[in-house]
Amino acid sequence: MRYLPLTDTDRAAMLEVVGAPSIDALFADVPEEARLAGPVEGLPNHASEMAVERHMTALAAKNLAAGSVPFFLGAGAYRHHIPASVDHLIQRGEFLTSYTPYQPEIAQGTLQMLFEFQTQVARLYGCEVANASMYDGSTACWEAVTMARRVTRRRKALLSNGLHPHYVSVVRTMAGFTEDEVAYTPPALSVETDLEALAAAIDDDTSCVVVQYPDILGRIADLAPLAEAAHARGALFVAVVTEPVALGAIRSPGEMGADIVVGEGQSLGVGLQFGGPYLGLFATREKFVRQMPGRLCGETVDAEGKRGFVLTLSTREQHIRREKATSNICTNSGLCALAFSIHLTLLGEKGLRQLAGLNHALACAAAERLSRVPGVELVTPTFFNEFTLRLPRETRPLVRALADRGVLAGVSLGRLYPDGDGRENGLVVAVTETVTAEDIEAYASALEEVLA
Amino acid sequence: MTVNPGGWRPDAPKVEAGSTLTYTGNRALMLEEPLIFEIGTTETTGVDFSPLPFRGGVGGEQDGALRASDNPLSQSSPLKRRGPTDRLGGLHRAVPIGLPGLSEPEAVRHYTRLSRQNYAIDLGLFPLGSCTMKHNPRLNEKIARLPGFADLHPLAPIDTVQGALAVIHELGHWLVTLTGMHSVAMSPKAGAHGELCGVLAIRAALEAKGEGHRKTILVPESAHGTNPATAAFAGYSVEAIPATAEGRVDLAALEARLGPDVAGVMITNPNTCGLFERDMKAISDAVHAAGGFVYCDGANFNAIVGRVRPGDLGIDAMHINLHKTFSTPHGGGGPGAGPVVFSEALAPFAPLPFVEKTAEGTYRLVEEETVAHRHSDSFGRMTAFHGQMGMFTRALAYILSHGADGLRQVSGDAVLNANYVLRSLEDVLDAPFAAAGPCMHEALFSDKGFAEGFSTLDVAKALIDEGFHPMTVYFPLVVHGAMLVEPTETESKAALDQFIGALRRIAERARAGDLSLKAAPVEAPRRRLDETLAARRPRLVWTEPGPA
Ligand SMILES: Cc1ncc(COP(=O)(O)O)c(C=O)c1O
Repeated sequence: MRYLPLTDTDRAAMLEVVGAPSIDALFADVPEEARLAGPVEGLPNHASEMAVERHMTALAAKNLAAGSVPFFLGAGAYRHHIPASVDHLIQRGEFLTSYTPYQPEIAQGTLQMLFEFQTQVARLYGCEVANASMYDGSTACWEAVTMARRVTRRRKALLSNGLHPHYVSVVRTMAGFTEDEVAYTPPALSVETDLEALAAAIDDDTSCVVVQYPDILGRIADLAPLAEAAHARGALFVAVVTEPVALGAIRSPGEMGADIVVGEGQSLGVGLQFGGPYLGLFATREKFVRQMPGRLCGETVDAEGKRGFVLTLSTREQHIRREKATSNICTNSGLCALAFSIHLTLLGEKGLRQLAGLNHALACAAAERLSRVPGVELVTPTFFNEFTLRLPRETRPLVRALADRGVLAGVSLGRLYPDGDGRENGLVVAVTETVTAEDIEAYASALEEVLA
Repeated sequence: MTVNPGGWRPDAPKVEAGSTLTYTGNRALMLEEPLIFEIGTTETTGVDFSPLPFRGGVGGEQDGALRASDNPLSQSSPLKRRGPTDRLGGLHRAVPIGLPGLSEPEAVRHYTRLSRQNYAIDLGLFPLGSCTMKHNPRLNEKIARLPGFADLHPLAPIDTVQGALAVIHELGHWLVTLTGMHSVAMSPKAGAHGELCGVLAIRAALEAKGEGHRKTILVPESAHGTNPATAAFAGYSVEAIPATAEGRVDLAALEARLGPDVAGVMITNPNTCGLFERDMKAISDAVHAAGGFVYCDGANFNAIVGRVRPGDLGIDAMHINLHKTFSTPHGGGGPGAGPVVFSEALAPFAPLPFVEKTAEGTYRLVEEETVAHRHSDSFGRMTAFHGQMGMFTRALAYILSHGADGLRQVSGDAVLNANYVLRSLEDVLDAPFAAAGPCMHEALFSDKGFAEGFSTLDVAKALIDEGFHPMTVYFPLVVHGAMLVEPTETESKAALDQFIGALRRIAERARAGDLSLKAAPVEAPRRRLDETLAARRPRLVWTEPGPA
């Protein structure tokens, strides 16, 4: 048992000190009938490193890794190139195997990183402050809705039809329990956003309007008029960003008047990993900081006057405020925040803008090319690195058929919106810097084949 | 290469450590590191990109192929200027973002230097009670990074991700086996998210029975802050259950409080005082008899894994922190994973999505689209995708590595190590519940007996100078100046003996009122930090210093 240092001699000596005849005797407080006499039935006994690796490698081999084929999936999770040094650095034991920085004198590494991360996120989002991370974009989105309720003391959230349907599901699930009201209708396969309709729907009960940017179909639009409309009625404007790389190319939600900006940070530094762990980002205005959820790192000085960092404003948090806390979150996505921060530091402003430019250029090329395939129509003329196509048939089986031809072609809207209603012919296609011209060609020819 | 020919001679003048101020502020291997905003520039990048693949007719000359004219940026460098044919709808980011960049060598150095200001389980004993800082096996890191797991999109076609679904299913199966429960929800992202999952399932079950009027959840005073916060987040009001003098739930007081307004209880077992709730079965029976449900906070499952199955104690839902019991690394604050095991009564209400094995032996993902037909009682979705896959692969590798016999030894050694610490120190540290018998996986001490003006904080900070991470302090709240020591099973006897020796000496100094303790830590990268200042005048982001 390679992870257990105690020898039988140690155990005997320690039992002597403890004054117990056996390890089993230490479990005397467990009622007899609840104590298992021996190892749990059904689970095999311990295994060598080699045997475990063999088993797990065999399971991994049953998956089609994104990097092994032309790959175009997005819809809230994006495949970007991660510089090798990112994964090396996050595997430093001092980062990987430390805990939440409760003892700041010996956790300045994590704390300074968090301070840098918070600043990067705030700047990327165009906001004044950001927290030290949430679980993922979807839970951050719900947290934003609850924060808007606390700030405005109103309980009605208007969700744009462009919000990721899983995020909508999370908000609806939670709101069902907290008795918040949520207004939402799914999008049509159309270039028209619902921003004007949302502006008209804001009333004096509205706590917030939630808009994704770029949205689930890839659409981008100026959010400033809606932000103004929200503010005019005393509601908050919440923007959700699932693809942070976009903000290297397009205006930040903060610039357009967002009061809270949340989103998914997975694109930078964090791999696809079949959906988790990901990285929830959360930023807002300074005046709302005491209503924020999650950990916050702040600058201070030590007893010698040297600059240092600590977790701060913890009177918002569960360990101090218990049932009155702003959120129940404890463990967050610290290591993913580190990966994000390292990747963004390697890119810098120059690199991020180049990366965004590449993504956009390739996406434009792919959109042009794919919409030349007979029967294929580009639904979204403006976008960043993700766009929606309308195909002549239901896209779920087409995505399957394309996978058989070795192309992971996109996310079918039929999967995201099982109720159909015309959306079943929609396909969301993401194109990042990892896509080559050959990939686009392979996709286009495979699509021609399956549609023929 | 030559070695320093002078070497050190015994007659060299003595210089006291720390008495020389260096030019750099560094102290040999203790290196100061500025912020990226102070060393990086917006002109620097540590990433090179491949050029855009547009040259003549890329991909052959066939009709319809990608053409250079497809490149919207062909007339301008990427987004520096608006390309004439880009599709950004005029929303170009015009103002500078203010993101500094570092070249790769600078970045590697920046983060490596930062890392060295952190304590970690890789460096030594990290006895943070309730947090379970055990060794993180490196096999698990290797496995999580296999492209078949790491490079997999959550919405990829189901038959291209059968191995991933098999991992979720297999891990879930072992969690159910180890806990003796009925089923498991894998999507919760951490312990607190798991608590939420359990409490929402309870509420959904009650509403299905027409008992939605039950609006109170009872939580012991010793509970972790996430328990009351979760209950409140799920729309419940929270009431405290008192503890006995022995540090356990007061069964009689609990029974007296149960009634038609109580939705359920949240009990931590083993509890946060490091004790097993002996009356757990009786508590469950009483709660069930009163029409409520029993949530168990399983953060301390590591104390009983392989020996006790919570399902045998009548509980209805319990989260398991994979980042505690099953060794996935905490990463300086996260990520974690908090699967929840359910009793048969709550199973129908479990969240989406989940994985099912079909009769043909393949795996299916049950999401919104299929849910109407089966599992229509699900309370809904808690997170965008399927949970913390990167933690599942690690936890599964850990469970298979230890196996049934190994996991039994894990809990046994964890409990033995904690009792060894408890009995080795109870003469110098007050151990409020030690007289009643052995503890489980953590030893709880109080500040009773310290000299006037000396606190748990002083002891914790002095441990830092001894090269240890302090224990959990001031938690649980039911013990004054609590010090909760959780050594875990991955510490050797030698490591424990050294820790015990250090803590004994510090405890003696605290009892004697040794003022030097107040200065600790003196050897850490920073002295005590001013937390009041940080909260009074929050500086949460870096700003350019104004002109001096
Ligand atoms: C007893 C107890 N309950 C719940 C939690 C919350 O778990 P997590 O941090 O994974 O959300 C913790 C973690 O510190 C804990 O110790």
